[in-house]
Amino acid sequence: MSGKQPSLVFEDVAVQVGGQSVLRGVDLTLAPGEILGLVGRNGAGKTTLLRVASRVIRPRRGCVRVGGRPLESLSRRALAAQVAVVPQDVSIPFPFRAGEVVLMGRSPHLGTFGFESAGDVELARSAMAEVGVEHLADRSMLELSGGERQLVLVARALVQDPTVLLLDEPTAHLDLRHRLGVLERVRDFVELGRSALVVSHDLGLAARGCTRLALLADGRVLDSGAPEQVLTPENLRTVFDIEADVVKAPDGSPLVVPRSAGLRR
Amino acid sequence: MRILTPSRVAATLLGLLAALTAAAVVGLASGPSAVPLRAVARVLLGDAANGSATDPHASVGAGRAEEVDPAAGSGRAIGGSPAADIVLRVRLPRVVLAALVGASLAVAGVLFQALLRNPLADPFVLGVSGGAAVGGIAAMSLGASLGIGHAAVPPAAFAGAVVTTVVLYAVAGARGFVSATNLLLTGVVFNAFASALIVFAASTAGLTEGTSIFLWLIGSLSASRIDLAAWVALFLAIGLAFALPSARGLNLLALGEESAQQLGLDVARQQRVLLIATSLMVGAAVSVAGLVGFVGLIVPHLLRLLFGPDHRLLVPAAALGGAAFLVVCDTAARTLLGGRELPVGAITALAGGPLFLYLLRRHHLAPLVP
Repeated sequence: MSGKQPSLVFEDVAVQVGGQSVLRGVDLTLAPGEILGLVGRNGAGKTTLLRVASRVIRPRRGCVRVGGRPLESLSRRALAAQVAVVPQDVSIPFPFRAGEVVLMGRSPHLGTFGFESAGDVELARSAMAEVGVEHLADRSMLELSGGERQLVLVARALVQDPTVLLLDEPTAHLDLRHRLGVLERVRDFVELGRSALVVSHDLGLAARGCTRLALLADGRVLDSGAPEQVLTPENLRTVFDIEADVVKAPDGSPLVVPRSAGLRR
Repeated sequence: MRILTPSRVAATLLGLLAALTAAAVVGLASGPSAVPLRAVARVLLGDAANGSATDPHASVGAGRAEEVDPAAGSGRAIGGSPAADIVLRVRLPRVVLAALVGASLAVAGVLFQALLRNPLADPFVLGVSGGAAVGGIAAMSLGASLGIGHAAVPPAAFAGAVVTTVVLYAVAGARGFVSATNLLLTGVVFNAFASALIVFAASTAGLTEGTSIFLWLIGSLSASRIDLAAWVALFLAIGLAFALPSARGLNLLALGEESAQQLGLDVARQQRVLLIATSLMVGAAVSVAGLVGFVGLIVPHLLRLLFGPDHRLLVPAAALGGAAFLVVCDTAARTLLGGRELPVGAITALAGGPLFLYLLRRHHLAPLVP
């Protein structure tokens, strides 16, 4: 893929869920090599945007392009080979082992009756090792903790070998060390000209880990840009309704220190 | 990392095939007049040798049988000896039907469990068997008055299963959310409703011999029509032809519809395929055996414990395992009380009821995330 072509583009995307407008015209572009952090209040439409990008819901208006092609022009399989999702969590009614779930990430690349090849197994093994869950390969998903499940899902998405990675609160259940680990994996991932879109409530991690942030409020992108430009006391007041100080961390990245809840509502 | 390989699938299926063969041989040997296992083997091998005549032992067997009855034609060369007669004419059709019905119900159970993401799903518990039975009874009473005989029963049972599954999904899965509670309650109501319709249809159509209705409701192979075996085999074959290529998709469905889509599965299409496959198999089983319960619950549960939940193994394993299971149950039904026969549905319910309660307790009634 050329370095110039954007990996993922949202053009004026509007979505209604149950008669309610959730997204009201979102324009966003994800460039190769970019980690875009999507921040905003609960219900701002962050997860909905990920669902639109993976074609689980269809926008009422607007268009989404992956690698320059509209989503609707791709088969589900072809799309899954390009866009992988790390969901917040997964509930599995049967005792699949963690290794089996990671291997399911190879699905878009296998034939109908497909059994995974030795190469697929090797990919799964190394992805699990990268996120530090290799030792869980033969454990049932039903026995894993929320954090362990989340890491397994990260490994599954990496094994899918996409060009765009969509992560929905990928670190919500993780301890600090694993949070940083996941972030490093995402950085490695985008180094090869691929991109990631990360939804997160962890502003510190978003500021450090993402190359760019987009603030989502009321179904629109309120502001986007470098973390230090976006994470300002004014923006935080508008979007989160909080009073906060923004200080500089030793490495120069902005650090949000909440002071009090806002006076609205 | 332990993974499923084609050779592990093959080895497991061969093992189950051996178990099915053993169950069938024991089933053929057991009954009011016991036939020694060795005699059963001789009869079966002899029969096979008529077609191929490659196995020297088998040829010996066939040769002996022909000595006993030189008048028999080449097609049924060994039909003459009393043991061969019992094994081939009386018991073989029954064992074959038991195997077909067991395979259909077990595979349908696996498919329902994957489709509804719930290990408690079973065609009988969900009321789909009941719906199929209503279709079958309706065709039987209409068929009697229109003079088209029993041939309409399997297609009508299939139609009944389709309608029931669609309604079940619409009611229990309202707003894209299938909860175990909704499913089970819907199944309870469907079953009560279906039983009432069956009794009603049977009464108005004059099929009032109490025993035949009783056998339909509890599930039995004792009055089964062997002429429907070809239908059952056909429905099972088509159902498997749909289900086997879907196996990897079934694994993805276990992760939930959204994740399955994001991994490249066309979920709506997959659900339609499964609807047809399950309805064919339930329709097939119910048309010959009535409401045999819990096979689709017991067999998949045991197989998952033994071999894990991967559907690429579970679907074909359920076909063989379900066949073996019902052959064993039917043999028990024929022999436990000596001269008198139990309906096989009573045996499966005795085994399945407690297992169902155990599973219900283990899985609570937790709603599953869509």
